[in-house]
Amino acid sequence: MTALVSIRGVSKRYTRGKQTVEVLQKLNLDIAQGDFLALMGPSGSGKTTLLNLIGGLDKPSDGEVMVDGKRIDTLSAGDLAKWRARHVGFVFQFYNLLPVLTAEANVELPLLLTNLSKAQRKKNVAAALAVVGLADRAGHKPNELSGGQAQRVAIARALVADPTLLVCDEPTGDLDRKTADEILNLLQTLNRDHGKTIVMVTHDAKAAEFASHQLHMDKGALVGEAP
Amino acid sequence: MRYLPLVWASLFHKKTRLILTLLSLIMAFMLFGLLQAVNVLFNSGADFVGANRLITQAKVSFTQPLPLSLLPRIESIPGVARVAYSQFFGGIYQDERNFFPQFAVDPDRLLDSYPEWKLPPDQREAFVRTKTGAIVGRKLAEKFGFKIGDKVPLKSFIFTTKDGSRAWEWDVVGIFDGQDDDWQGRSSLMYLNFGYFDENRQFGQGGAGVYIVRVADPNQSEAIAKAIDTQFENSPDETKTQTEKDWNLGFARQIGDIGLIVTAILGAVFFTILLVTGNTMSQAVRERIPEFAVLKTLGFSDGKVTALVLAEAPALCLLGGVIGMVLAMGAAKGLGAVLGGAPVAVQGKVWIEALVTMLLLAFAIGIFPALRARRLQIVDALAGR
Ligand SMILES: Nc1ncnc2c1ncn2[C@@H]1O[C@H](COP(=O)(O)OP(=O)(O)OP(=O)(O)O)[C@@H](O)[C@H]1O
Ligand SMILES: [Mg+2]
Repeated sequence: MTALVSIRGVSKRYTRGKQTVEVLQKLNLDIAQGDFLALMGPSGSGKTTLLNLIGGLDKPSDGEVMVDGKRIDTLSAGDLAKWRARHVGFVFQFYNLLPVLTAEANVELPLLLTNLSKAQRKKNVAAALAVVGLADRAGHKPNELSGGQAQRVAIARALVADPTLLVCDEPTGDLDRKTADEILNLLQTLNRDHGKTIVMVTHDAKAAEFASHQLHMDKGALVGEAP
Repeated sequence: MRYLPLVWASLFHKKTRLILTLLSLIMAFMLFGLLQAVNVLFNSGADFVGANRLITQAKVSFTQPLPLSLLPRIESIPGVARVAYSQFFGGIYQDERNFFPQFAVDPDRLLDSYPEWKLPPDQREAFVRTKTGAIVGRKLAEKFGFKIGDKVPLKSFIFTTKDGSRAWEWDVVGIFDGQDDDWQGRSSLMYLNFGYFDENRQFGQGGAGVYIVRVADPNQSEAIAKAIDTQFENSPDETKTQTEKDWNLGFARQIGDIGLIVTAILGAVFFTILLVTGNTMSQAVRERIPEFAVLKTLGFSDGKVTALVLAEAPALCLLGGVIGMVLAMGAAKGLGAVLGGAPVAVQGKVWIEALVTMLLLAFAIGIFPALRARRLQIVDALAGR
């Protein structure tokens, strides 16, 4: 099985004045194509930091990050932005939709960076909204949607450009149990039926059960894998 | 183009704030358009193009009357078609609030010089014949209900009669119309028979006020103006000859340097608007830092995010500015009418100045927020740092 994501000797340090905090320490990790991985661990253990490195939002202090055969830690900021647009879909805890745009326009955002025509964009947006079961909410603004619906729109936005990898940082952290399960079911479907590789950070052991693998982090290191 | 809806929607992020900012922009540019229109009018240099009437006044001041004895000498200058003279009478009708201008004139000379005024021949004849005769413009007649045969008492704040009284009485013998809407709009004045006025005034006899010189060929008006002034150079009655339009503006020009006043007012207005809109822009961008972080996350480059923010400022400034300028055009028309048909207009030149101002303003208020959005680090912004 080829690893889609391959992390080798990755460290991340932050310097605040004289103090240097080592947030990730010489980390190694492979994530297979088609995996649904849950990253767990106490607050401050470095989950978000790791996820940001995998998603190309940030660069490691040391080490290599390879995604789909490409070193991304050496890309320039501009090339990294282009790479993200093509290869990664992001889902955040607080949905991070643009409040002035309708669901449809929010989902369309990543496609503005492609050279798809307006008609094609519209078609792809409709398809993505259908996948998350929100075809009938296309014209709604984020403040007219429930938390669960807003997160579905965010997932549609993450999917619409057909990325290689979905990266989710506590996607159910702000939702009640029932809604969270619906979202997790959706992610599971995307993984199983659409073949999306997913890395999900979560605090919630129940949420982690939806994933095919779980990894635990503590103090900037991986501490063993559950089956 | 595909980003336009995004820019547009972002403008409406906070509706109330947008409306308030737009209103201040609209007011500022309305003021800009209007004041610049007035400014252009007052700063227009001596313009003889198409002028077929000149006004000759005493060089010292237009309040200094020129003697009637200049008349034949002006008439003898080649190219002069007809010469009239006019003395401002300064009469009050019943109440000071009723102010309207009256001029003592030679009836034939005046009506020959102003073919724009239409007066039936029998009334014209009556004006010539009647020593105490007066003719009234249609607009004035309608305002005060003057009819032919009415006696109009006027108290002059300048001239007293032989017996020392300020009270004069004039007989309305005619009502004149303007040749078109424009002139009809200006017909709020009254002409008095000069003969009776001159005979009965206590002082100043033989003073003509100013001369109104009608020229045969408008192309000659500049040369004729010069010829008149040269004629009286180094005499006790030196003259200054201008086109009628410039003369009308002369009074306002004497109030002071209009251009400087206008510039000062506009400077203050735009300094304020810069602060107001600049504050709005930077506040709007500050509140939306997480949104820009999301755009960057999705793969929008730093340059694109900068451009998106930078585009909001011109969208805002152009929206408010253009509305303001359109209102200024309407207001200029109104002001022109109030000023007795002065050609106050928001010309192309003022529009260009306004558009340049809008873009400069947009750049000034957009650049810092845009740079801030450019610099933001995704990871920090997402974490609220
Ligand atoms: N830019 C930064 N500057 C300084 N310290 C940072 C920075 N980013 C992260 N850290 C620190 O790194 C550590 C790990 O942060 P990270 O956000 O990865 O934790 P996390 O596991 O996602 O926690 P949580 O579950 O609370 O989200 C924390 O101690 C945090 O304070
Ligand atoms: Mg985190």
